[in-house]
Amino acid sequence: MRRDFILAGVILGLALLIGWRAPVFLTLATLDDIATDTAILAMMALAQMLVILTRGIDLSVAAMLAFCGMAAALVGQALPELPVGLLLILGPAVGLGLGAINGAFVAWLNVPPIVVTLASMSLYRGATFLLSGGLWVSSHDMPAAFREFPTERLFGLTHLVWLALLAVLLAYGVLRYSRFGRSIYTYGGNPSAARYVGIASKRVLFSVYAISGAVAGLCGALWVGRYGIAFTDAAQGFELQIIAACVIGGVSIAGGIGTVLGCLLGVIFLGIIGNALPIMAISPFWQMLIFGAVILAAVTINRQKGRAAKIILRPKTAEGG
Amino acid sequence: MTNFNLTPLPPYSFTWGLRLMRRWEVLLAVLLLLVMVGNSFLSPYFLDPYNLADATANFTEKAMIALPMALLIIVREIDISVASIMALASLLIGLAAEAGVGVPGLVAIGLLTGLAAGLLNGTLIAGLGLPSIVVTIGTLSLFRGITAVVLGDRAITAYPEAFTDLATMKVIPFVSLEFALFLALAAVFALVLHGTVIGRRLYAIGLNPTAARFSGLNVRRTKLVLFTLTGLLAGLAAVFLTARIGSTRPNIASGWELEIITMVILGGVSIAGGAGTIGGVVLAVFLLGMAGFGMGLVNVPGIVMSTLIGLLLLIAVAVPQLLARFRRGGEG
Amino acid sequence: MVLTVEGLKKSFGAISALSDGRLSLMPGRVTALIGENGAGKSTLVKILTGIYQPDAGSLRLDGVERVFAAPQVAQAAGISAVHQETVMFDDLSVAENICAGHWPCHTRGWRKGMIDWTALLAQAQAVLDRLGVSLPLQARCGDLSIAQKHLVEMARALCHESRVLIMDEPTAALSHREIADLYRLVRHLKTQGIAILFISHKFDEIFEIADDYVVMRDGAFVAEGQIADTTTDALVAMMVGRAMGAIFPKRSVPIGAPILEVRGLSHPTEFEDVSFTVHAGEILGFYGLVGAGRSEVMQALFGLTPVSGGEISLDGQTLRVNSPKDAIAAGIAYVPEDRQGQGAILPMSIRDNITLPLLERITGGWLLSPKNEGAIAETFARRLAVKAPDWHCRVDTLSGGNQQKVVIGKWLATTPRVIILDEPTKGIDVGSKAKVHDFMSDLVAEGLAVILVSSELPEVMGMADRIVVMQEGRPYGSFERADFATNPAQGAAMLARAATGG
Repeated sequence: MRRDFILAGVILGLALLIGWRAPVFLTLATLDDIATDTAILAMMALAQMLVILTRGIDLSVAAMLAFCGMAAALVGQALPELPVGLLLILGPAVGLGLGAINGAFVAWLNVPPIVVTLASMSLYRGATFLLSGGLWVSSHDMPAAFREFPTERLFGLTHLVWLALLAVLLAYGVLRYSRFGRSIYTYGGNPSAARYVGIASKRVLFSVYAISGAVAGLCGALWVGRYGIAFTDAAQGFELQIIAACVIGGVSIAGGIGTVLGCLLGVIFLGIIGNALPIMAISPFWQMLIFGAVILAAVTINRQKGRAAKIILRPKTAEGG
Repeated sequence: MTNFNLTPLPPYSFTWGLRLMRRWEVLLAVLLLLVMVGNSFLSPYFLDPYNLADATANFTEKAMIALPMALLIIVREIDISVASIMALASLLIGLAAEAGVGVPGLVAIGLLTGLAAGLLNGTLIAGLGLPSIVVTIGTLSLFRGITAVVLGDRAITAYPEAFTDLATMKVIPFVSLEFALFLALAAVFALVLHGTVIGRRLYAIGLNPTAARFSGLNVRRTKLVLFTLTGLLAGLAAVFLTARIGSTRPNIASGWELEIITMVILGGVSIAGGAGTIGGVVLAVFLLGMAGFGMGLVNVPGIVMSTLIGLLLLIAVAVPQLLARFRRGGEG
Repeated sequence: MVLTVEGLKKSFGAISALSDGRLSLMPGRVTALIGENGAGKSTLVKILTGIYQPDAGSLRLDGVERVFAAPQVAQAAGISAVHQETVMFDDLSVAENICAGHWPCHTRGWRKGMIDWTALLAQAQAVLDRLGVSLPLQARCGDLSIAQKHLVEMARALCHESRVLIMDEPTAALSHREIADLYRLVRHLKTQGIAILFISHKFDEIFEIADDYVVMRDGAFVAEGQIADTTTDALVAMMVGRAMGAIFPKRSVPIGAPILEVRGLSHPTEFEDVSFTVHAGEILGFYGLVGAGRSEVMQALFGLTPVSGGEISLDGQTLRVNSPKDAIAAGIAYVPEDRQGQGAILPMSIRDNITLPLLERITGGWLLSPKNEGAIAETFARRLAVKAPDWHCRVDTLSGGNQQKVVIGKWLATTPRVIILDEPTKGIDVGSKAKVHDFMSDLVAEGLAVILVSSELPEVMGMADRIVVMQEGRPYGSFERADFATNPAQGAAMLARAATGG
């Protein structure tokens, strides 16, 4: 909790600093831009957090995003009359399938997550290439409604922002109020002991990867619509940003520790840096460098000194109580 | 109870290596043979010595890094930043070349940059006890970011001819300096891992780090040295890659970490630590290298190649699990 | 009869852990399950709770044949357990640890199916009230003391609507007062008609609380009956299968010059002001409850944990021990408590385990020398009578006792002056246990100094020349053999009191 406050303070300080250098940054329009720009990152980071909480990692999310985005775009191109809602459902449906493949390997074949998702990352990226024949689907090939949906507004906010807010609420609700959510923490905290309290570990593991796939799929459809282009290399390297957001937000790669609030703060932090650079006329090349430095700083600060340390000595005066 | 099993051998000794040869390494060798035969059907010139020499150039740099990466994975660590270390090393080599530094100086700068970058990884991971995945994702971003910031949109191409000649230099006919160096390194790594005290300790650390520490092994220092070594060899690979392509761009060697890790895992090194042989890694290196070269001969795009690598990797990790399950099911 | 099992069998690879598990539990009665470590009790418990599936045998609940395919099934059938292993989620709160796995949910309204945190807190509080203890419900479990964690585990077992409660060595880490509380609780549960299976090594406990007993030895059922009809001696005889006097081969050895002297050794959180001296030919016992800080002191001596103060000297020379390597070089060897986690590298061969700490010494450089290694391994494997086809055998194919012999062999091969044995006979079979004890006598006869850390009172009393008792990280007192060996019953009571502060 305390580190969330510190991170929030850092974010606020950073925003004020940037606003002081470039006042345009602190306008509602800019904040709206940042929110819209980081909505996809937010959804992906929350799904990634579920995976990391179970001591796993999903490196294939960006590739799944590209594949599902491409699938939605191609279907949209072939059947322009299809309602946009169906295209938006197609994304997560396909993503669920891809994520389930990851989940099956991790849960039932006991293959380490990093190996599974490293492999499926190239597999899904290549599948995107095969699916599209290496061609691009550009904005004029897509149905207008599909292109416009992500940035259309409802009560002043874009659909993307609404979806991200929904994802935050859903993630909070699931992690706090569902048996599944608590099982994730329980399993991540102590996988071998989770058996003793009757947690269906394999189902939990499978589910988090399937969810990660489904969210990546939804984000794929939104991504393609928002940027008006689907191509094989879409969102390349995005997985690193997503994991970075989690790490900065205090999600422990060792599992069992992490909150929706922290993760969200990590996303906002990256979103601010990503959007501030162009406003402050700093070359976008700096972004990667800064992200790297921030990840290293965050993981160093989060270092848990002697998590397993026990305290045997108790003050002498407290004895016999 | 039947007792037809031979005395089980430890999974890391030389003799076990030989036994494994009968399974995993043999499978890799057979696949390699098939690829070679297939390639010679695809192109009548494939087996031409010039052509083969050319083929090795495409994977030798990755192969050099695969060797220390295998040791890292054996001790349960991983380094995802290797390709970024190469980019950083290539950048500094390029800047030095622009400043007019001579060939020995350029090589030294490449090696030192790699060494320093590896030392940074090692210090954060072994010194502070941070998880290697997160740290090396961070340094991946950091090193590549530095390269991008310094280079911006430009590329460094002003390399002296004496430097670019490093890539084409032959020690004996048809064997490039680079390839010979890789073979020598592979031999040294194999000897160290399978025949020395150091190798035994690496397996011990990978199989049970706690018991290894309780037995007086310095687990942290070992890991620090391995990360530094990995950085050093990434620096060496950067020297040859820069010399070979004669230019440094921000996206140099981009995505190589994936291929290198795939080589190691396909070579039979267990991500859970404590198992694997250099022989297997070398075979996997050749298998992937030759398969890639063959596909290049028939103009298969690189991305299809990496798709197949991904698929191969999934199959490689799933098959042993499925077999074990099948065997258990058969007994019970 | 609530629960009856017969002919349960379970093996792991070539090792048979349970060959004939037999048991019947009755409502409102406490059945003590008695047997030495390695007798198969924990395996039986894990089968009853659905964690292991038996290879053969039958399990009947209320006369109906059942199969517990998973822990959830056993829980749903009303069987719950406090396991020997810590089942603890350090980053979750006390309340959630108690209710882990069966979180109460809203049953109506829009929140139907969602976790009811108010009910969860109430339920956890109710269970703690039943136990008669108070713990901060919102505290992180990782911050609790060992005894408090134990209470959380007890509470978790009671959180179910259980009809059968299994307690696997529930008193190992508790103080006298806490044990008394536990008895009160067990009696209370009896009146509610719960059938209780109580596993313990301590006979005073068994006679205090149990109604019936079942004795197991070497993975098989030996006898059953009512506690009222038996005596400690009879139980021990059934348990070990031989007379009591033969267990401890204590030989009298002349005690020589002091070898290791420790003065005021302290650690910021784990122990404070520990001083003792071990002489050549002496076995120094360290007794205390689990978690009293004994292992921590030994690990500091061995250079595994840095200390905040104090002095260690060997043969009168001040010693700086910053790493296990220093300790090994100085002639200190440490056989750790957790044999499989810290002692042996299970997937490695006997030879490679034995030679690991001294590879440099025996290879004369960097290249491995299979011949030298084989010779050393063979010498020590033979000396400890390790039962294995040859030294190529992987250690995980050996029985627990033989694994322990390999670990001890590994440390003897370093030619130590002082050897620290931390719970050396925990979880090993009777034969190996006797071998280890016998071997300790050999070692001191050769002039080594031995430190024996043990939680088994008979063991320390049987083997030690002097006993240091530790309590909550501090040495509580030191007792000479004459103080406790002349009248074992009085000695035992004295030591137990010192250890628990009761």
